[in-house]
Amino acid sequence: MEKSAALTQPVSARDYTEGPADAPLTLVEYGDYQCPYCGAAYPVVKHLQKTLGKKLRFVFRNFPLTQAHPYALIAAEAAEAAALQDKFWQMHDLLFEQQAFLEPDIIPLWAKRIGLDLEKFGSDIKQVVVDKRIMEDRQSGIRSGVNGTPTFFINGTRYDGSPNYDSLLAALKSELELRPV
Amino acid sequence: MTALKPGVQAPDFSLSATPDQKVSLADFRGQPVVLVFYPADWSPVCSDQLALYNELKPEFSEFEAQIIGISVDGVWCHLAFSQKRKLQFPLLADFEPKGAVARQYGVYREKDGESERALFVIDAEGVIRWSYVSPLGINPGADGILKALEPMAKGKKTVSD
Repeated sequence: MEKSAALTQPVSARDYTEGPADAPLTLVEYGDYQCPYCGAAYPVVKHLQKTLGKKLRFVFRNFPLTQAHPYALIAAEAAEAAALQDKFWQMHDLLFEQQAFLEPDIIPLWAKRIGLDLEKFGSDIKQVVVDKRIMEDRQSGIRSGVNGTPTFFINGTRYDGSPNYDSLLAALKSELELRPV
Repeated sequence: MTALKPGVQAPDFSLSATPDQKVSLADFRGQPVVLVFYPADWSPVCSDQLALYNELKPEFSEFEAQIIGISVDGVWCHLAFSQKRKLQFPLLADFEPKGAVARQYGVYREKDGESERALFVIDAEGVIRWSYVSPLGINPGADGILKALEPMAKGKKTVSD
């Protein structure tokens, strides 16, 4: 049986994470803020976090499908710019919660809503360092075998099952059983 | 049926890319070619295999590699699908005789009447350098393709068998 693709870039200090660094489970998602399947995965991940609590560390990395989704890149840039003011997750969550309304003109309103310094945000979103990070995520994703969005990796191995709550939870629980307590 | 293996000369073919245009593998002699066999157009995800390769065009261009998609769908289906997904590489219709090219490459699923999800990386001399058939239902991504293209980067010599 063929081994599934493996994460080539381990989770490190550069990543945006939720949950304990020493959690037995790490779920990495490569996602696109304009992709409806990622939009659908957002509440699934929240549910998994609620169920698994401290056992789960969640990591989000960018994989904007810029050809298919014209606003994917600006959304990713907005999240990265928010990160520079330590509000990555607030922007990430808002982007998915309000995905239906995503378009460039609404982004400053969302920045305001989460309490960002708008001038700094407006300047940061155009910085090379922001696009550099997104490109790094893209490269690590390509090398790791990202095959669409969302692509999940459970403890470093690409998850090839269905992105619904029950299937993901089963896979995570399976992985948990393999770990010594 | 097993997929053609590396070292074999890739069989030439001539298939319709659009209602008025045929494309042959020989047209691309001199550059690497990535053949992407896939079961059918209109798979219900925006982020399917073809959207991914479309996204990675810059990475493939670094190797001057030409991506070509092949399924048993007809030209009009391909045209509509390609326009909808804004694909920037040709989709070829392995339509008549149905699956003939997929069979030549050892990747036709007789029972289903569709090709496998299979990848072939062919070098500038027309020799298969890497092939991979993805397990059913799994999108193989691009990492294998890029690894196979790396030795073909401009300036590097390919080793002939």
